[in-house]
Amino acid sequence: MSDPKKEWPLWEVFVRAKGGLSHRHVGSVHAADAKMAIEHARDTYTRRMEGVSLWVAPSAEITASDPGEAAALFEPAEDKIYRHPTFYTIPASVKHI
Amino acid sequence: MTQMPPLAVYAQRLGDDALILGQRLSEWCGHAPALEVDLSLANLALDLIGQATHFLGLAGAVEGKGRDADALAFGRDAMDFSNCLLVEQPNGDFAQTVARQFLFAHYQELLLTGLATSKHERMAAIAAKSVKEVAYHCKLASDWLVRLGDGTEESRARMIAGLDWMWRFVDELFLMDDIDRDCLRLGFGVDKAALRRPWDQRVEAVLSEAMLQAPAVRRGVAGGREGHHSEHLGHLLSEMQFLQRAYPGASW
Repeated sequence: MSDPKKEWPLWEVFVRAKGGLSHRHVGSVHAADAKMAIEHARDTYTRRMEGVSLWVAPSAEITASDPGEAAALFEPAEDKIYRHPTFYTIPASVKHI
Repeated sequence: MTQMPPLAVYAQRLGDDALILGQRLSEWCGHAPALEVDLSLANLALDLIGQATHFLGLAGAVEGKGRDADALAFGRDAMDFSNCLLVEQPNGDFAQTVARQFLFAHYQELLLTGLATSKHERMAAIAAKSVKEVAYHCKLASDWLVRLGDGTEESRARMIAGLDWMWRFVDELFLMDDIDRDCLRLGFGVDKAALRRPWDQRVEAVLSEAMLQAPAVRRGVAGGREGHHSEHLGHLLSEMQFLQRAYPGASW
C-alpha cells in the first residue's frame, strides 16, 4: 500500500452453501489482496456454517447495467409471456421436468 | 493443585493456555485495525475459549471433586493457573499480538496433532476437534507475519519488536516435567520436547518468507506451569473473573 491512509479495496463475496448449489452473493469485505479477502470472507460470512466454498472478486471488476437504461433493457420482456415454457402439454409419463 | 491426579493437571494446563489466550484476544474486540480483522481475532478467541471449556471440563471430571470448567476458570487465583507465560503476555500492538499467536499456534497444532492419538479417549476427541481450528490459526497468523514482516518499513519494525518481546517465552512451551512424563508414560500425553525441532522448522520457514530472522537466543523465562506468573495475569483475571467474584454462581 503506497498510501497508508488509503483503505483496503473492496471485494465481493460469494458463498456456496452446499455441494451442488451455485455460489450466491452475500456481501463484501475490505482486503489488501485476494488471499486476505478469502480469509476475511471466511471469518465474516461462514462463521455460522453458511458455506462449503468461497469466491471473492474485486468489486471494481464488476460491470453493472446502467439503471438509466432499465426501461430499454428489461421492460420489453414484460409482455412476452410466451417465452415461459408454460404453453406446452407435458406427457404424463415425463417425470423430471 | 498438586493434589490433582497428573492427568487432571495435564488437561488443566491445556485448558489454561487456551483460556488465557482466548481472553487476551477478546480484548481486541472493537479495537482491531479493521472490522474484518476484529472478526478474525474474535473468531480465534472463541475457538480457544471453546477448547478451554472442553479441556477444563476434562480436568474437573478427572479430579472428581465436582468442579466444572466454570469453577476452574472463574474460581482460581493467579497462582493456581498453570498456563504458559507466552499466552498471558499483553497484546501490545497488532504485530505483537500476531507474534504471540504465530509462536503459540504452531506449537499448539503440533501438540494437538499428537494428542489426537492419545490413549485417553476424551482427550483424543477434544484434540482432534481442536486441531482443525488451530490449523486455521496457524495459517492466519503466518499470513499476517509475512505481510507485516515483508511489508512497509514501519510494519517490519513492529513485527521485529513483537517477535523480540515474545521470543523469550518459547522455551517454556517444550519443557517436560513430572506431570508430562507421567502422562507420556501412560500414553495420554505427548513428548513436548520432541516437538521443538519440527516447530523450529515450521517457524523458520515462515520467518524466511517474511524476510525476518529469529531473535537472538537468550535465556528463556519459565514458571507458568507451577503458577509463577508475570504481573499481567492478575490484571487479566481481575477482569475475566469479576462477575463470578462479585456475584458467585450468577447465571443468565
